[in-house]
Parts: sequence; structure tokens; C-alpha cells
Amino acid sequence: MEVYVDVKNLSFYRGNRAIYDNVTLQIPKGKITAVMGPSGVGKTTLLRLIGGQVEPDSGTLTVDGVDIAAASRKELFEARRKMGMLFQSGALFSDMSVFENVALPLQEYTAFDKEMIRDIVLMKLQSVGLRGAAELMPSELSGGMARRAALARAIALDPDLVMFDEPFAGQDPISKGVLVELIQRLNRAANITSVLVSHDVEESLSIADHVCLLSGGTVILSGTPDEVRSSTDERVVQFLQGHADGPVAFHYPAQEYREQLLERK
Amino acid sequence: MAVFKYLFASIYGFVDSIGQSGIFLFQSLFRLPVRYKEALRLYIRQVYSVGVLSLIIIVVSGAFIGMVLALQGYTILTRYGSEAAVGQLLALTLLRELGPVVTGLLFAGRAGSALTAEIGLMKATEQLSSYEMMGIDPLRRVIAPRLLAGITCMPILALIFSAVGVWAGMMVSVHWLGVYEGSFWSSMQQSVYFDTDVMNGIIKSFVFAVAVVWIAVYQGYVCQPTSEGIGRATTRTVVLGSLAILGLDFLLTAAMFGDF
Repeated sequence: MEVYVDVKNLSFYRGNRAIYDNVTLQIPKGKITAVMGPSGVGKTTLLRLIGGQVEPDSGTLTVDGVDIAAASRKELFEARRKMGMLFQSGALFSDMSVFENVALPLQEYTAFDKEMIRDIVLMKLQSVGLRGAAELMPSELSGGMARRAALARAIALDPDLVMFDEPFAGQDPISKGVLVELIQRLNRAANITSVLVSHDVEESLSIADHVCLLSGGTVILSGTPDEVRSSTDERVVQFLQGHADGPVAFHYPAQEYREQLLERK
Repeated sequence: MAVFKYLFASIYGFVDSIGQSGIFLFQSLFRLPVRYKEALRLYIRQVYSVGVLSLIIIVVSGAFIGMVLALQGYTILTRYGSEAAVGQLLALTLLRELGPVVTGLLFAGRAGSALTAEIGLMKATEQLSSYEMMGIDPLRRVIAPRLLAGITCMPILALIFSAVGVWAGMMVSVHWLGVYEGSFWSSMQQSVYFDTDVMNGIIKSFVFAVAVVWIAVYQGYVCQPTSEGIGRATTRTVVLGSLAILGLDFLLTAAMFGDF
């Protein structure tokens, strides 16, 4: 297994709270890796760490052999050109049309002429089903459409690594199915390494080749979807079946319920 | 002890933010978008939204301030029989003081707050992160065109303000109050000098422009990316921008016109 993103003994703190505590995980090249875990476990932070937008407090993180935290600004920007990121909100540039959004990375980094860029943009938009929406502004799109347009932009430069932050959230069943198929097709056809951050268990397990389950700042399980399904680890079972009671607390730490209700000041 | 600690922390924070914003200004000014044509397009779009869209408030305010100045000036000057000097009074006050200062204050309220809110919202909706992840420097693409557009637009707006003010003052004093038009213009011609009055006014508004636009884009860039944070940053732009203009105006006036 060739490793594309290699995280070693990484710790990351927000204030005093450890988001990651000595995490080691690997994302294999050319495969779809799903990173799952309860909300607030720092799944998005992992993507930001890979993109070099935040730096780890200790440990190393290399992407395709480049140490992201130690890279100079120029090296970092160089490395980012090989990454595509789909943000949770889509993050389309609000002052440009959908077409211009997708065209921007191409104009910025390729020497293609106008005609060529137009063709590529239309092809990318066709693959997400939004060719007809090319001239719309982001404010005219629904949340799900905006996310798909952002996906077209993320893959405009045919990156080696695409990171998806909650791609399925807020999508109707049809677009969900199309997205699942699209992610798979990107991976198979172009051999793109995909990292998928999600808590949609079924969709994620159905397309992932490799799964990392995060909880409480550490990796609790790393393996194939089948290994995840057959795991007997209580934390894994609780997450997959969605029980409120279990080793992973549903409630934010608080004083005892009964005590607080009866308390009079 | 707690007081000293608090004092130290706030002075430290103040000096720190001055340093941070200085680096920010330097980096933005020397990193224009790479492609020359694209840079020009972005710049012109900002000139439109920062400059052209501010024209209405500038022209209307300039007209009213010119009219009020003419009325006030006339009632005082006419007591000494020198109402013809109202032209001189109008031109000098507008070019030296009111043009740059009022334009600066209006600009901080109209364009500065809009810049802060726009950039803050771009941050909140991850658009700035998105540029970064694309390997495009947001300072280059988002901040630099806005900074340059603001700095180039404000001196022109100040000149427009003064010109409209003089014209409106002329309407009031000549066509309404009956000041002789020839002496109105000749008193102005005799006492206004290009290099002391007009140029100093332009220099002033240029300095105000740098201060206001710098504050505006920096506040937007560093704001907390929440609705509350953006609101607070916008308020801070208007307050700090206005105070900076008034403070700088005193210093510049002392340096330009004070004979020590």
C-alpha cells in the first residue's frame, strides 16, 4: 500500500482542549478513505491540517512526501495546487458566476486559451449536473447545488488529492446517489486519492476502500469497511448504530441533571 | 496588580495589532494579482463599488455643506461690507479642511464599512480559505485591489466634494443673496494657490485614504467569522477610521499651515 498522506504522532490543541492527541494515521494513494466520527471530533480540522491552513502543535504530517508544517509558503502553495478541497459550505466566490468559479483555477494555473478553458469548465459542470447553471450566481443556487458547483471547481485542475468535507449533508437522495457515483468514478478513472469526512455511515461505508474512525482525539479503528462493520468495539458499534448511550458521551459534560433541576439559588 | 496586568495586556495587544496590520499592509501592497489584465479588471471593479457608488453621498453632502458655508459666511462678512470674500472663504475652507475631512468621514461610513463587512463575510463563508486552498493568495486577489482602489478613489472624491461645494456656495451667494459674481470669483482667484491649498488638500485626503482603507480591510480580514464578529468589526472600522482622520488632520494641518 502506497501512502499518500502520512500523519505521525500528531497533536493539535485548540486552547487547552486537545483535538488530536498523538494521532497516527495513513491515507493510501489512489483509494477512497472515509474519516468518520461524532461531531466535534475534529474531522474538518484534519482536512485543514492536510491543507496546511493550521499547523500541528507536535508531530509530522506529510502529503506526497512533502512535510506540510515545515514547508515554505511557496512550497505550500505548490502542494495545494495538487489538492482540491470541497468545503462544507461550498465556499463559492460570491462575486463570480458558477462558470467563473470553475474557470478561475484554470485561468490561474494553466496556459490554456479561452476556448479550451470553456470546454473544460463545461465538462466539469456536466459531470455534476450543473452545465445549465453555468451563468447563475452562487446566491441563486440551493445549498446542494452550491456544493456540487464547488466540487466541479475542486476537480477543475485534476488534482491528485481531493478532500470532501461532508459532501452528503443536505443533499437529496438523487444528488446523494450521483455524488457517491461521481466520487467513485473520479477515484477509479483518474486514480485520485480521496479523503471523505462524513458521518453519513451508509454512504461512506459503501464507497470507501479504507475507513478511519476518530473519537476522543484518537483513531479508534482503521481498516476496511467490512472490518468496521464486523468490529465488536463498543465505541464503533455505538457510532454505527447511533445509540445515545455508550462509551461515547452524547451529553456535553455537565453537573448531574437531577441535582441541577432541584437546585435553588 | 491586576490593573497593571490588564494594562500591560492591553498595551501589548495594541502594539501587537499595529505590527500585524503593518505587515498585512506591506504584504498586500506588494502582491498584486499575477496576471496584469486580471489585476486591472479586479481593480476597476473595486473602483466602481468603492468610488463610483460613493459619488451620490459625496456630491449631495458637498452641495449642502457649500450652501451652508455660503449662508453663514455671507451673514458675517456682510456686516463688514466684504461679502465678496465669500468666494475666498468657500474655496479655502473646502480645499484645505472640509473637503478631505468630510469626504474621509463619509467614505469611512459608506465604503469602509462595506469593505469590512464584505471581507468579513468572505471569511465567514470560507471563501478566503478557499482561495488559500487553491494556492491563490487572498491578500493578492481580494485585499490588494480593494486597498489600491480605495486609496486612489478618495482624493478624487475629495476634489469632487470641494468642487461641488464651491459651485453650490456660488449658487447661494451669487444667485440668491446677490453677491456680485465677478468679485466672488476674483477673490477666490487671488487667494487660492495651487501648491499650498489644492495640493495640500490632495495630500491630506491621500493620507486619510490610506488610513481608512487600511483599517477597513484589516478589520475585515482579522474579524471573528461570526455575525457578531462582523458587526463588531464594521463598527470598529467606522469609529477607528473617523478618529484616525480627525487625529491625522490635526497633525497634517499643524505641519502644513502652522507657522511656528
